[in-house]
Amino acid sequence: MTSRRYVARSKAIAARKLGEEPMVMSATDSTLFTLDEVASVIWAAADGVTPLDEIVEKKICALYDVSPEVALKDAEALIENLAEHGLLLLSDEPLVEASVSQGETR
Amino acid sequence: MPVVTAAARSTGVVVEIGGLPIRLRCDDPNFLRQIEERYAGYISSANDARFEFEIELSPQSAGPRDEDVSVTWDSGHWLMTRGDFRAEWNPSTARGRVRQTVNPYSLDCVLRIVHTLLLAREGGFLLHASSAIRNGRAFLFSGVSGAGKTTIASLAPPDAALLTDEISYVIPSDGRFDAVGTPFYGELARPGLNLRAPIEALYLLAKGPENKIEEIGSADAVRGLLGNILFFARDPEFVNLVFNTAFDFVGRVPVRRLTFVPNASVWELIV
Repeated sequence: MTSRRYVARSKAIAARKLGEEPMVMSATDSTLFTLDEVASVIWAAADGVTPLDEIVEKKICALYDVSPEVALKDAEALIENLAEHGLLLLSDEPLVEASVSQGETR
Repeated sequence: MPVVTAAARSTGVVVEIGGLPIRLRCDDPNFLRQIEERYAGYISSANDARFEFEIELSPQSAGPRDEDVSVTWDSGHWLMTRGDFRAEWNPSTARGRVRQTVNPYSLDCVLRIVHTLLLAREGGFLLHASSAIRNGRAFLFSGVSGAGKTTIASLAPPDAALLTDEISYVIPSDGRFDAVGTPFYGELARPGLNLRAPIEALYLLAKGPENKIEEIGSADAVRGLLGNILFFARDPEFVNLVFNTAFDFVGRVPVRRLTFVPNASVWELIV
């Protein structure tokens, strides 16, 4: 059986909405992402404690006419990409505190 | 030509860009003279410089000047390094040290970094852009290397006051954003005029077969702006400050795409 994956928004990012589109910038490499509808749903639900398959089933499949298997595969590719740029944290265990130290005031 | 006196050697030279006076001290009077020449128009007689750097000259650099700049925060200090310099700055004491070879370009880079860090806190930024004042309003022309920043600056008519052909200085002021002249130049090889004016528009440059100005959406404006803001510190707090400032800027200043033919006719659109 495949283990469940958990996703959480990193704190090492800057994020703001323009209209309905979240724009997210990585603090590690300054890459800027504009999230599309599906990515926005996953981004909003990435609380660290809800498994990815549950997000896909309850949020994505409820909104779009897509099978859970296909949606999960697409979601996996998306979160891997966002994680590579430090925007999301991924784990096989729930992520209670997805924190990156803010350090001292500069 | 400026003459460095014994008094200047002890007090150093104050370089004031964007209203931020930075005192630069160095034991070598010849290097102080180079600083005065390099930053002519930006040398201040202010006695109360807000920031101070002690410059120590070394005979040779540890590495090449084209090496990537590294800016990191460590134990209360910003550390800035490149092949040709190593600098540290303590924001709480407003003092720092620079170890570099005898060339003003190393110092130029340190000053750019320090100003990006200071401006981030004040809601401003440095932008890869040429800029000029016309009819009391500032126009910015932004783009990557080769986009036409220097070209459009060199085509400016006599009534336009050039602020820079390379790095524009943007600061918030009473609910708007102002552009300020900088000594940071590109291929034009001369400092901008030390003037200030409210920003009328930011143009993202593209070369093409005709002159035209196009409106662009907010997302493209933010993307275009952030792509040209000088980022040195890969630091969450710093990135957040600049990111939010970019959104504020786009909310207050029109950002448009300017396609232009490289001749003086483009300035007929900039009024």
